[in-house]
Amino acid sequence: MRFVARRVGFLLVALWAALTVNFLIPRLMPGNPALAMMGRLRGHINPASLHALEVAFGINTHQSLISSYFAYLNNCAHLNFGTSLLYFPQPVSSIVAKALPWSLGLVGISTILGFVIGTALGAVSAWRRGGRFDSVMPPIFIVVSAFPYFWIGLMLIWLFGLTLNWLPYLGGYTETVTPTLTWSFVFNILDHSVLPAATILITAIGGWILTMRNNMITVVAEDYVKMGRAKGLKPRRVLWHYAARNALLPNLTGFAMSLGFVISGAILVEYVFNYPGVGFLLLQAVENEDYPLMQALFLLITVTVLFAIFVADIATALLDPRTRNSS
Amino acid sequence: MTILRALVSGVGRGLRFLRRDKKAAAGSIILFVLLVITAFPGWFTPHDPAANAYTPGVGLSWTNLLGTTAQGQDVFSQLMAGTRQSVLIALIVGFFCTVISVIIGITAAYMGGLIDDGLSLLTDVILVIPTFPLIIVIVGYLRNTGFWLMIFVLTFTGWSYGARQLRVQALSLRNRDYLLAAKARGEKSWYVIIVELIPPMTSLIVANFLGTALYALLAAAGLQFVGLGDISTQSWGTMLYWAQNDEALATGLPLMVLAPGIAIALLGSALALLNYAFDEIANPALRPVRVARRTKVVT
Repeated sequence: MRFVARRVGFLLVALWAALTVNFLIPRLMPGNPALAMMGRLRGHINPASLHALEVAFGINTHQSLISSYFAYLNNCAHLNFGTSLLYFPQPVSSIVAKALPWSLGLVGISTILGFVIGTALGAVSAWRRGGRFDSVMPPIFIVVSAFPYFWIGLMLIWLFGLTLNWLPYLGGYTETVTPTLTWSFVFNILDHSVLPAATILITAIGGWILTMRNNMITVVAEDYVKMGRAKGLKPRRVLWHYAARNALLPNLTGFAMSLGFVISGAILVEYVFNYPGVGFLLLQAVENEDYPLMQALFLLITVTVLFAIFVADIATALLDPRTRNSS
Repeated sequence: MTILRALVSGVGRGLRFLRRDKKAAAGSIILFVLLVITAFPGWFTPHDPAANAYTPGVGLSWTNLLGTTAQGQDVFSQLMAGTRQSVLIALIVGFFCTVISVIIGITAAYMGGLIDDGLSLLTDVILVIPTFPLIIVIVGYLRNTGFWLMIFVLTFTGWSYGARQLRVQALSLRNRDYLLAAKARGEKSWYVIIVELIPPMTSLIVANFLGTALYALLAAAGLQFVGLGDISTQSWGTMLYWAQNDEALATGLPLMVLAPGIAIALLGSALALLNYAFDEIANPALRPVRVARRTKVVT
């Protein structure tokens, strides 16, 4: 219980830090970019939305920093992030809500797949230490991990999209088709997700293989694995039920920690494929200086990652009593 | 004289290590070549990288080794001229992040108590906040990120992982006998930290530098690719930005994308290969089985 309380406490501190950073960044910038943006907007949008923006960025209000900070926290608590400038006059929250399912589907599924496949390959690789797979695999994935995510995406577009013409590579579905709840539309979506998902999978899987392999190497030397072998258990049983189970635990914590990296890479993958998710929207917001949308998206991504880490931490603690007592 | 002798023996030991470890040797050679290009870009740049002086969209040829861009610039010259910015961002960010990680990680572990709690909390919070969206937001406000601004933003967001790792290792060393002995001798804290605590951590510190440099290389390339770098200067990421801008892949100019991408991957692999080698030094259990057996026979 104490462990859960600690993790909840950390989650709250991290959430507070993210909110505060988000509040402070526009106010710390030289020459106040938000002010410049407001100047351009004056006369183009109605006074009420202008006032909402002024509150959000702390301009022209006669509030102190402290009281505008609390007004900001209050707005965040009510998911009130103002009006988008790029998609004026839609509220930011509704635009974000439209993009979120795309990212959750694409990034969520490919990340979990990458974790499962990578962990399994890493376990087998360490089990057959010095075997063919084990000697070929690390150098290949070291090199793959050195390529930028988005560049791998560009290569897949070039090869499978432009040259071979096998798969679509732009958008989340064919623009000319009206979204309906039919099988053909579902397949259309799946078709469009193959290349971006493959990009994330290719770039993320190496990390899981290498960390799992390194964990396994330590675990395989443990006495209980030798004991399992000495009892004459089937090698497969020793591998998965004795060794891999224990080697998996540090990897689960690593999974949480690396989510931030995966999401970061996914932003650029979405950008390359014009995939209508959160990352693509974030870069569009930056490009068009849509600051309210930009801030809401940063918060959304951060909060998602923080909760995912929290869940992974709790899962690790449930699976491994040792983590509950230490730390 | 002793310094010279130490230097010679150090270099000798390094060379012997490289001969034994192929991964480290490959990484060192690539890094060395790129450093030479970084130091003397003029030697390797046959044409003015910015001049639109050639037929646009030409493939491989003797005048334009890697062809030309859609704007008629020489791709090979851009690649060579862009090496400097990409290499320097990676190495400088790696250096600054490592210094901060060492200071924060070791201070936390050595001082313990409330200072440790505070620094660890700070490290963990920065670690879990997703870096790249944060960088995008900061850079989104600043626009046109120049060289030093890019370095500042990447350093600010990149030091936490190393600090955490170093703290864990320093904690495991803190109560070793030789450290307690130094303290019992009445040595000052800075002496204990610099002379007794840091040397055994060298390989982890170096691995950390290499890992952070790789992160900085890829993050900077990503930012430059989406147009958040300084697009008026030459770098590998900016080349990719212009390639995307000119729809190089769709218009049959894959070299504009291939050349900078492979250059980034070369530097990245060099850093990753060296990192892997230092990982094996820091954690002997990971060394390839065959090498371990051979050393046993020799000694």
